[in-house]
Amino acid sequence: MSLFGLQFGKKKLREEERQLQANNRDFNLQFEYANNSIKTSKYNFFTFLPLNLFEQFQRIANAYFLFLLILQLIPQISSLAWFTTVVPLVLVLAVSGVKDAIDDFNRHKSDKHVNNRPVQVLINGMLKDEKWMNVQVGDIIKLENNNFVTADLLLLSSSEPHSLTYIETAELDGETNLKVKQALTVTAELGEDLQKLTEFNGEVKCEAPNNKLDKFTGTLTLRGEKYALDNEKMLLRGCTIRNTEWCFGLVIYAGPDTKLMQNSGKTTFKRTSIDRLMNVLVLVIFAFLALMCLILAIGNGIWEYDKGYYFQVYLPWAEGVNSASYSGFLMFWSYVIILNTVVPISLYVSVEIIRLGNSFYIDWDRKMYYPLNDTPAQARTTTLNEELGQIKYIFSDKTGTLTQNIMSFNKCSINGKSYGDVYDMSGQRIEINENTEKVDFSYNQLADPKFAFYDHSLVEAVKLSDVPTHRFFRLLSLCHTVMPEEKKEGNLVYQAQSPDEGALVTAARNFGFVFRARTPETITVVEMGETKIYKLLAILDFNNVRKRMSVIVRSPEGDLTLYCKGADTILYELLHSSCDTLKEETTEHLNEFAGEGLRTLVVAYKNLDEDYFQEWIRRHHEASTALEGREDKLSELYEEIEKDLMLLGATAIEDKLQDGVPQTIETLAKANIKIWVLTGDKQETAMNIGYSCNLLNDDMEDVFIIEGSTSDDVLNELRNARKKMKPDSFLDSDEINIQFEKSSKKTKILPDEQANGVYGLVITGHSLAYALEGNLELELVRTACLCKVVICCRVTPLQKAQVVELVKKYKKAVTLAIGDGANDVSMIKTAHIGVGISGQEGMQAVLSSDFSFAQFRYLQRLLLVHGRWSYIRMCKFLKYFFYKNFAFTLVHFWYGFFSGFSAQTVYDEWFITLYNLVYTSLPVLGMSLFDQDVDDRWSMLFPQLYVPGQQNLYFNKTVFVKCMLQGIYSSLILFFIPYGAMYNTMRSDGKAIADYQSFALMAQTCLLIVVSVQIGLDTSYWTVVNQFFIWGSLSVYFAITFTMYSDGMYLIFTASFPFIGTARNTLSQPNVWLAIFLSITLCVLPVVGFRFLKAQLKPTPSDKVLLKIKEAKKRPPPPSPKRRLRRTSTRRSGYAFSHQHGFGALIMSGRNMRPKSPFATTGTFSPNSDKHKHKGL
Amino acid sequence: MRRERSGVNKQYSFPTVRTQGEETRPSRCPDNSAFKQQKLPAWKPQLSTATVLPGFFLTGAFCLAVGVCLILSANSVRDVQIDYSDKCSDCSKFRENSSNWNKECHCSVNFTLKEDILGDVFMYYGLQNFYQNHRRYVISRSDAQLLGRNVNSYCAPFTAYRNGTPMAPCGAIANSMFNDTIDLFYNLNSSAIQVPVLKTGNSWWTDKNVKFRNPKSYNLSSAFAGTARPPYWHKPVYLLDEEDERNNGYVNEDLIIWMRVSAFATFRNLYRRVKRIRQFADGLPAGNYTFRIAYNFPVTKFKGRKHVILSTVVWSGGSNPFLGIAYVVSGTAATLTGFVITAIHLKLRKKKTYFQK
Repeated sequence: MSLFGLQFGKKKLREEERQLQANNRDFNLQFEYANNSIKTSKYNFFTFLPLNLFEQFQRIANAYFLFLLILQLIPQISSLAWFTTVVPLVLVLAVSGVKDAIDDFNRHKSDKHVNNRPVQVLINGMLKDEKWMNVQVGDIIKLENNNFVTADLLLLSSSEPHSLTYIETAELDGETNLKVKQALTVTAELGEDLQKLTEFNGEVKCEAPNNKLDKFTGTLTLRGEKYALDNEKMLLRGCTIRNTEWCFGLVIYAGPDTKLMQNSGKTTFKRTSIDRLMNVLVLVIFAFLALMCLILAIGNGIWEYDKGYYFQVYLPWAEGVNSASYSGFLMFWSYVIILNTVVPISLYVSVEIIRLGNSFYIDWDRKMYYPLNDTPAQARTTTLNEELGQIKYIFSDKTGTLTQNIMSFNKCSINGKSYGDVYDMSGQRIEINENTEKVDFSYNQLADPKFAFYDHSLVEAVKLSDVPTHRFFRLLSLCHTVMPEEKKEGNLVYQAQSPDEGALVTAARNFGFVFRARTPETITVVEMGETKIYKLLAILDFNNVRKRMSVIVRSPEGDLTLYCKGADTILYELLHSSCDTLKEETTEHLNEFAGEGLRTLVVAYKNLDEDYFQEWIRRHHEASTALEGREDKLSELYEEIEKDLMLLGATAIEDKLQDGVPQTIETLAKANIKIWVLTGDKQETAMNIGYSCNLLNDDMEDVFIIEGSTSDDVLNELRNARKKMKPDSFLDSDEINIQFEKSSKKTKILPDEQANGVYGLVITGHSLAYALEGNLELELVRTACLCKVVICCRVTPLQKAQVVELVKKYKKAVTLAIGDGANDVSMIKTAHIGVGISGQEGMQAVLSSDFSFAQFRYLQRLLLVHGRWSYIRMCKFLKYFFYKNFAFTLVHFWYGFFSGFSAQTVYDEWFITLYNLVYTSLPVLGMSLFDQDVDDRWSMLFPQLYVPGQQNLYFNKTVFVKCMLQGIYSSLILFFIPYGAMYNTMRSDGKAIADYQSFALMAQTCLLIVVSVQIGLDTSYWTVVNQFFIWGSLSVYFAITFTMYSDGMYLIFTASFPFIGTARNTLSQPNVWLAIFLSITLCVLPVVGFRFLKAQLKPTPSDKVLLKIKEAKKRPPPPSPKRRLRRTSTRRSGYAFSHQHGFGALIMSGRNMRPKSPFATTGTFSPNSDKHKHKGL
Repeated sequence: MRRERSGVNKQYSFPTVRTQGEETRPSRCPDNSAFKQQKLPAWKPQLSTATVLPGFFLTGAFCLAVGVCLILSANSVRDVQIDYSDKCSDCSKFRENSSNWNKECHCSVNFTLKEDILGDVFMYYGLQNFYQNHRRYVISRSDAQLLGRNVNSYCAPFTAYRNGTPMAPCGAIANSMFNDTIDLFYNLNSSAIQVPVLKTGNSWWTDKNVKFRNPKSYNLSSAFAGTARPPYWHKPVYLLDEEDERNNGYVNEDLIIWMRVSAFATFRNLYRRVKRIRQFADGLPAGNYTFRIAYNFPVTKFKGRKHVILSTVVWSGGSNPFLGIAYVVSGTAATLTGFVITAIHLKLRKKKTYFQK
């Protein structure tokens, strides 16, 4: 994060405005703009050590240990040898340093790779191959098809007509559709004439580099004339050139100034709630440490006054110490050094290792690998794992996340007959699956092989030349704004603005009405093998209010017909009265379709009178050229002609859900996770999907719809909803009301409330805008959080983030946002955890996410299996870790009372050094990497097991206090049992055993065995590795101890290993082992009893589930649940187009059409326009 | 604390795959190994009634058995402890005056053994309130010097005299060495027979043979040439035992034992063993005895106390009953808890079956 900040920090002045001249390097050099080389690496060979160390010591923990080290170097204070701190510190610094070095090395490598890409630069009238890093502001460069855009360029000219250039911006914003950029006419004339391009000397003035991807303002001054520049003329770094042979561009921003790089710097660091809790606990521990040191320091003062003063015969006070109180003061610091092990440095390292390990499991999980596009799941942030086990709110995008964004023509109703269902012999409807026989479209050479339909009767009807059926498909092939592309004969590709339209046209194509080509005036359709050219007279385009579109065409036979398709609610009003019976039948079918969650459209036609039409088209022409009120006049005209329509039937399109979405949502709901869908889609569409993926269902008491368009309306709607769900919440006695009356200023965390039933809430973007304002915020959160499901439709990317922010602000809950597109980036970055759906072309969501995988359904595995395990492991780790260090450290405290508070350690200094690093680190790591309470299958079958994580039950302040108390208890046992056993006693041969060294060895052996047994007790999943680590650590302890206490070590390093012979002389004594055994029994047995009784007497819900699982395990395993969720609903679905405006105007104008196509009489249409991003905006 | 996002180059990336065309890439599908899929075979112990109850009862029974054995054996130890810090009050007063440090002071303490003490009898001196475990005391020694090498560790404040002569041995521990001499006499028919004692073989073998060595020289006094005795000592280190060359200098066992500092402020160090010959072949017979003590070690200043102890040993050490009692208490507690758990378990099971019906 700091790297960009650092670079800018160095820069002389903040750039106010950018000024540059094409082809004039000398002129541009004076501004010292950054060139196109990028640098994401932080260090070089020489700066690595100082910079890296500097960074590492900025971490509190490292700084704290440095401080301890300095304390230890003061002889009066030093109570421990320097190596007890240096060894761990150096180890930790080295590990992080190596990791940083590898990271930076890779960054160097990728920087080098990117910087050395070749590009053609226009230098002195010649195109020269240059490396990317040598490109400078003001250079003119040539890009070819499929090239990456080198820097942020001003498009000058391209190979396409009107100097259009198509780009794919997937890298930048995640949008997968092609976008079109167009150069200024004045620069377009330059073409590829190198001479002219060399002479081009336009001057550009524009804004300083910024990170706004969709905004650019500037002016081009050429030959005295000024031309306005906007984003439509810019090619941004990170895009790819598509469908364009070549183009020329003028470099405006290069390297670090490009919008891509400017956007990449602002990664926010996310921390988990355990992290925050840990920081609080560390502070608590520091306070506790200070208290202990204070007690001991006072004790020392008193002791020195009472006893030490007289003992000076044998032990004079240290130099410079002249009073008991000063000695106490020094002793305070000495004890700080000794007792610092309550917060060992290895805590932080271990936590990182555990998270890293658990992240690898996510990467390695085959059950989250999606074979179709070869995408494994990926943990992109390795520091958030345990938070995955605590999610309470999921914010999900719809398109591309819940749905595949694939529309398939599923059913239709033609002239009162419903098609699409498959029945068996007995007339029972059968489920369609992969084995169901598909309709054979081989009679139609132009059919799309990917299209699947199962009802054979429809084909029969088509083949029998049933008139309404033919008309129905003719309508579908004519009434749309799709553009065809036919690169090879017969290989038609439709470029549809919304997938719905594409699906309809594709359906018509397969049934034998192939839309083949279009010009501004004609539509070519191959009807049952016979090419027909319809004259396109008018497109009555779609918009949000009309909710319908029509075309007026003249058939080759000369008939004038208006074809219309639109929302049932709208179209039903426009029908001719003769259709009433058909209307009823169709309504029935519509309800049926809607009940299955399909998106329906009603289609109708009308034969037009020639004279009337001529008159109408004249007026239409007038209106469309009118300067004032054009829109109104046109829509009036449209309404006039679109009436008395003849009903043809209805279509039903399935917005295909991703696999397993309803099941996933059901499972997550059982895990008490609330799901909010935030979509840019329309309310109807969103609700439709809500029903089809089981978010909303008819078992709900009510689904509230908030669509007020004023602040007061929204407030009332919200309040009414809340009144219904929880009437008490309006009473003055309600806790939350009281809480908020008391102090309204501060942000309060809202407690969870319970509604009197299951409710859903749907809120539109417009209302949301009001609801997110000031005082309504609270109302929204209270109401929305009472509901089980919340759907926000028509929301902007910013609003998505605001909603997430809102919940984060008022609820003490962990949030997760999941999405696939650029419009989800903000919410992904805002939520505690961001998940990106990968595998699609777009990368932006994935790039800013913390975890990514290919399918929504993997979310349940990520949360219920990986998240839960990570959480349990982390909690167990922390519990054990704090316990073992309390037990370890507090023994010193008790010993203080028996050693004149002199900061005498109980253990050998080497033991203190190695305890956390060697003797006890691996077993607990093993547990935190392998432990499973139940395996993944049971975790998924019993989502209730997830609940304790949400409530943060396994590690919180209470649990911490319990660990502390257990640690204190253990330390008492560990001190007083050896003390009692050794007091005034001797070995069985009469020799000494009550000496300090024997006592130290005995205490440390007791401690190590006790904590090893404790980890054994905590480990519920003993793999080979755990066995190896636990037994290995114990063996290593004895091996190291015997080695360090051996003759050889003493003779070589006399000063370092004074414990010579202690192990041999002490551990051979039966009473020593009896004391060790007693300590273990007394430390462990109460824990066993307590745990057992607690599970028996006060079982937690998850204890009960575990018991259930235990019983279930005795039975044969249940078959994996493969229910199909079918819903019978009476909901009506609305008209569902996912775009806002039609393409009609563009088609009729003929822009974007190239008379180049080799197969059709008319042109092809390359991309869909960028003007109508159908997603989210 | 700041935490970096992991991974390299995740802030942005340039896809390179597409430009290289559709080469046959290896599948990115993760390996199907038990380790990576978290399916390693494992033992899953659980706390169940079947393990917990027997656990408690067995532990309880074991602890009770061990406890009873320990108490019985500790009770069989004979232990005679005589506090002579007051009985030699003249000497203790005498020693309070530091100008008398070089003068001798003797006192005798009589006691009677009513029964024989059979077996090996050990003679300890015990000190109370002597903080041998004080940190500055513990570190004030030079192991290198005691190995016959040069001083290289922290001996302050007893490293050397003002004139630079190093002390041998240096440090507070050595300087404060217990230097009373205690002799035991058996009063048989009004004649006092000195009980024969052994002054070697009382320390750990490793201390005697590895940890302590005299500097090498042709004789001991020349080995210590250039050094001086610690200030509180009456004689230099090479005169600690003039009778036995192998018990002199740094390898003198009284010094070695003293240098093995105690863990607590009350402790006893092995002083002599009764040599089992003549009438003492079976131990100490019953009768009247006298300790003749050369009182050199002042303790009154810091309110310390001195003892002399005669004791036998058993397999579990000395007469300390703590371990036995602790075992009996723990065993009882474990057994009782076992019963409580059984009761609770039975009650719950009854309830459960009741509900199931």
